[in-house]
Amino acid sequence: MSSEKEALFSAKNLKLITTPLGAQNPITIQVLGICSALAVTVKLEPAIVLSISVTFVTVFSNLIISLLRNTIPSRIRIIVQLVVVASLVIIVDQVLKAFAYEVSLQLSVFVGLIITNCIIMGRLEAFALGNKPWPSVLDGIGNGAGYGFILIVVAFFRELLGTGFLTLPGIGAMQIIPDVFYEWGYANNGFMILPPMALVVVGIIIWVQRSRNKDLIES
Amino acid sequence: MDRQGNTYTFLYASVMVIVVAAILAFLAQSLKPFQDENAAVAKKMDILKSVQIESTAADAEEKYENYIGENAFVINVNGEKVEGDAFTVDMAKEVKKTGLDRAYPIYMCKLDNGQTKYIIPLRGKGLWGPIWGYVSLDEDKNTVYGATFGHKGETPGLGAEITTDMFQKPFTGKQLFDQSGAFSSIEVVKKGQSQGDLHKVDGISGGTITSVGVGTMLKDCLTGYEKFLKN
Repeated sequence: MSSEKEALFSAKNLKLITTPLGAQNPITIQVLGICSALAVTVKLEPAIVLSISVTFVTVFSNLIISLLRNTIPSRIRIIVQLVVVASLVIIVDQVLKAFAYEVSLQLSVFVGLIITNCIIMGRLEAFALGNKPWPSVLDGIGNGAGYGFILIVVAFFRELLGTGFLTLPGIGAMQIIPDVFYEWGYANNGFMILPPMALVVVGIIIWVQRSRNKDLIES
Repeated sequence: MDRQGNTYTFLYASVMVIVVAAILAFLAQSLKPFQDENAAVAKKMDILKSVQIESTAADAEEKYENYIGENAFVINVNGEKVEGDAFTVDMAKEVKKTGLDRAYPIYMCKLDNGQTKYIIPLRGKGLWGPIWGYVSLDEDKNTVYGATFGHKGETPGLGAEITTDMFQKPFTGKQLFDQSGAFSSIEVVKKGQSQGDLHKVDGISGGTITSVGVGTMLKDCLTGYEKFLKN
């Protein structure tokens, strides 16, 4: 182990946050955690809340596993990871039920399903088990944010084009497309609300991203 | 100690489970008052929704006081008022008792136009877990004015559709008693078979067990009100 201390936000550490937002995005590049991306993106509010929840879980599960990494018996490491992730998810669920009741109803089973989100277990196995706590936290923030970013983009377009409204936490539904547009013959695209359109929107994001960054195109 | 040995592994697992259990138990207990408060507000919103009054978490309390307030009471199977607070009756426990022993809560709601509606709470079984709801009746204590349903964990897109207007709206105007005055409840039937029938509504395709559960719940919970409703 090198004795010299690395700066908290060194270039190498910052990369842990930025790569999952772009070139290593968990949803568009690694195609993990797709199911929840399809399910909770009908409205912006649950998408934002789920993004925050997932980020919370990735950050703290990465941190805890990284702290414990030298003590975990390798034969039961997956179980240990599951226990940590499951406990954090229960905490999120309980807190939402206490302080954001309506959102917790909208998210219903999807909060519980954070446990099975491949991004979290993937990062624990691939990163937290072999790295120190601080880089693991950054990795958690990066991957949580990379996931949340896509979720929010998808939800933005789906809610806007599907209903003409945007719902933000704490503010509620706001009409974005003015009534005049409807008088002129604009109509909401009801198809945007249905799950298949989430897949199409994610597909469009993947397309845009790969056409801008040719390195991502597989041969 | 050998970190890969059996003893270490067992110890590690045991300690971890105990620590985690303690943390979660503490958290659940300390958040419970907030959650109960939310549940009570949600219940008031549900009750109000069954008489077609829309409310939000912020104004549900106030609207409930306004429209219902103290006009809620508990009756027994003979239609006589008994002791008890309608709002705190635990329907989950009541529906397990036989019809004779149950407490039957009822909420009277005075609408802005002066009409009185009777709101009856429901509770039953869906496919995966409990379902519940509220049905409101017109002054004739026969015609349904509105109905609202909730569920714990029905399948999204299928059984969970009982919470949508599409399922709930058709209940309005249906009747509990047939022309001879006998109690007939409202049946939830296969989609498209309810047309023109005062005692049937359309179920949800793909959510048959939940739909039938709603029908069974209505019959089970409303039967005990028969004497009250006939008076």
